[in-house]
Amino acid sequence: MAFSCSDSTDSNENVIDNFDRKIILENVTDNIILPAFNDFNPKVAQLKESIDQFSISPTLPNLETVQELWFESYKSWQHLEMFNIAKAEELYFLQKMNTYPASVSRIENNINTNIYDLESNNNNWSAQGFPALDYLLFGLADTNFDTLIFYQNNENLAYLNYLKAVVSQMLQITNMVHQDWILIRDIFVSSSENSATSSLNMLTNDFIYYFEKGLRTNKFGIPAGVFSGNNTRPANVEAYYNSTISKILSLEALGAVEDFFSGKSYNTASTGESLKSYINYMTDNTTLSSTIQMKFSDSKQLINSLDDNFSNQIATDNDSMIDVFNKLQEGVVLLKTDMLSVLSISVDYIDADGD
Amino acid sequence: MKDSTANYFNKHTSAAPLAVFRMFFGFLMLISIIRFWSKGWIHSLYIEPIFHFSYYGFESVKPLGLYTYALFIICAISSFFVAIGYKYRLSVLIFFLSFTYIELMDKTTYLNHYYFVSVVSFIMLFVPCNAMFSYDAISAQKSYKTVPKWTVDTLKLMLGIVYFYAGVTKINSDWLLNAMPLKLWLKSKYDLPFIGQTLMQQEWFHFFMSWGGMFYDISIPFLLLFRKTRSFAFVLVVAFHITTRILFPIGMFPYIMILSTIIFFDAKVHHKILHFTIKILEFFKMKTNNVKLSISQVNHYKVWGTSRLIIVVFMTLQIIIPLRSLLYPGELFWNEQGYRFSWRVMLMEKKGSSIFKIVNSETDSFFYVNNDDFLTPVQQKQMSFQPDMILEYGQYLGDHFKSQGHENVAVFVESYVSLNGRLSQQFIDPSANLMELKDSFKHKFWIKPLNDEIKGF
Repeated sequence: MAFSCSDSTDSNENVIDNFDRKIILENVTDNIILPAFNDFNPKVAQLKESIDQFSISPTLPNLETVQELWFESYKSWQHLEMFNIAKAEELYFLQKMNTYPASVSRIENNINTNIYDLESNNNNWSAQGFPALDYLLFGLADTNFDTLIFYQNNENLAYLNYLKAVVSQMLQITNMVHQDWILIRDIFVSSSENSATSSLNMLTNDFIYYFEKGLRTNKFGIPAGVFSGNNTRPANVEAYYNSTISKILSLEALGAVEDFFSGKSYNTASTGESLKSYINYMTDNTTLSSTIQMKFSDSKQLINSLDDNFSNQIATDNDSMIDVFNKLQEGVVLLKTDMLSVLSISVDYIDADGD
Repeated sequence: MKDSTANYFNKHTSAAPLAVFRMFFGFLMLISIIRFWSKGWIHSLYIEPIFHFSYYGFESVKPLGLYTYALFIICAISSFFVAIGYKYRLSVLIFFLSFTYIELMDKTTYLNHYYFVSVVSFIMLFVPCNAMFSYDAISAQKSYKTVPKWTVDTLKLMLGIVYFYAGVTKINSDWLLNAMPLKLWLKSKYDLPFIGQTLMQQEWFHFFMSWGGMFYDISIPFLLLFRKTRSFAFVLVVAFHITTRILFPIGMFPYIMILSTIIFFDAKVHHKILHFTIKILEFFKMKTNNVKLSISQVNHYKVWGTSRLIIVVFMTLQIIIPLRSLLYPGELFWNEQGYRFSWRVMLMEKKGSSIFKIVNSETDSFFYVNNDDFLTPVQQKQMSFQPDMILEYGQYLGDHFKSQGHENVAVFVESYVSLNGRLSQQFIDPSANLMELKDSFKHKFWIKPLNDEIKGF
């Protein structure tokens, strides 16, 4: 999905008399969102196939394949969670895919009663998606061998069925949101005006919201206990039952944030128009955009120094988790105050007269 | 001197401008309230929030739950009665009280426009806007052709103060030398047809609008005052306010100002407007004989002496109040001490991010507050960069968590603000325990100074 600059003659990097916001939307949609779905959707499909295979033949290699595909799709998911727009918003895509911590009691209850509605019951958000799979694949026993034994036991057939139901639901909803993106692509990229409901403003608002809540609060703040009076919550880390990957997931998410901000393509190293170049245009310099990028890379550096397993990190040295939270908060400030100021983007939820 | 003052207060002028002013003002207020309601703002601004920001000294003025709607109904009905001049004095009193009460309920929604409405309706209490062409005049079968000149002049003076101060406050280095914040705002209007991608992106245009706006505001009262320049001035008024209406979300204000400035015109113009209004009434098959009579009487309306005194004092205050910011040290745009009620409009692009930390001062354990739990997005936006609101909210949080059983509650805020395109910097001293501070008219020493200087007013 290449995008073309229609009327640029020479380098449009330096002197832009007139900034076309539509090109940001085209770049983000064609080079980030759609490629990310093209990557994610087949991975979820493979995950479903592997679970089907596992249910027919519950062997250790098959279990490991499922776990590996779960991990791969979970990483890929980190690039999509911020786009809570259109069908995704309507279907509660992100709530259904990644509400954590998973509710074990809810999952167990669903399995035992065999009566559950993953589609429209909000209470089941924490009983499906990646966190539910996390529990079902890693949380039922201490070792893969024991997990295998668990699933091989005919008394636990209901667990196998629930595993299948969860992944089917994930694939179905992913298909729907993906198809919708393809469908609305043209309308979406042409809505570049500065209004509460325009694509550009929604993207920007969702981006900030994700950075603050999805990344800062959910991945670091809540587990580190900064919202609960220093009562740390190690069970609230992402992928708790396989928490050796919690760091990888958070780095993946931060990478997605960086790429979105700088307009870097999902598959290649090329960059296009983005919030970064828009900020540069509005401020006539690169001070603000590079300050923001610096925060991203500072945060990354801090995360890199953490334990792979965030639950361990919290148990041994929670202050380093809080350091990451604080560094990300500095990013929140820059995005919410500085960036929104210079872009003069109407914030979607605010509606009142001004002076 | 004394004689000329006495002479001035004895001068008469046609009552028609007051009648026209009353009619326009009343109807515009009615429309404003209906518009406000229809946008769902009564609910989202006054019913939905669980916490409301109070003005200093008016802490007891709060929304009335569902009765808030009744308040708006009362306000709407009284504005209609003001428009038609029915029991005018009482109606305008009720309008003033209900409108001002609404504005005092939550500081979040402070707008200079709303303050303007309160101020004007207060003046109208002492000015006989019902002297002619009013229900009162018709039903009493006594209407007045002339009123004391100072009554009309007071309204002109008030409009003059608004414009003049709006202009003077634009004389600062951000506005004139950097075209800030207009540069940001105009550039972001790229989606306007024709001019969005062209004019709005030109630097010279940002400066032209900044300087033009300043000169417009300062000179328009004088241009309106002199007969020779008046028509030209009115064309400017219309053009200016329509432009601002297109560019910025400022609701009804442009229309209020356009129709208000008509008061500067001669009685002849106002009589034309009144006759035109009669034609409209006749079009709707209304009997207008008495209405016509009410504008052709010869009586002179005498105004109660105390009214005159109140107005003189009030207008003096109106001239002084906008200057009170001079009493405070530090950067006005940053500290906002004396910023409200002084006709500083559109001067700042200011955004903040403030997160609150509740600390147990004994154990040093702490947690951050999720502002979504207590404030609506509009409130969060406004609170984040206004020191008095940060303090009030911080203390509310402290009291809230105390009542939840938390002990040794200290409240700190990590607040960052960006002003007119500057990089954000820390706003409130992060080591200041908000629970130990008191709001007052004194200088707020706990605001960290802006690392820059804005020269001018």
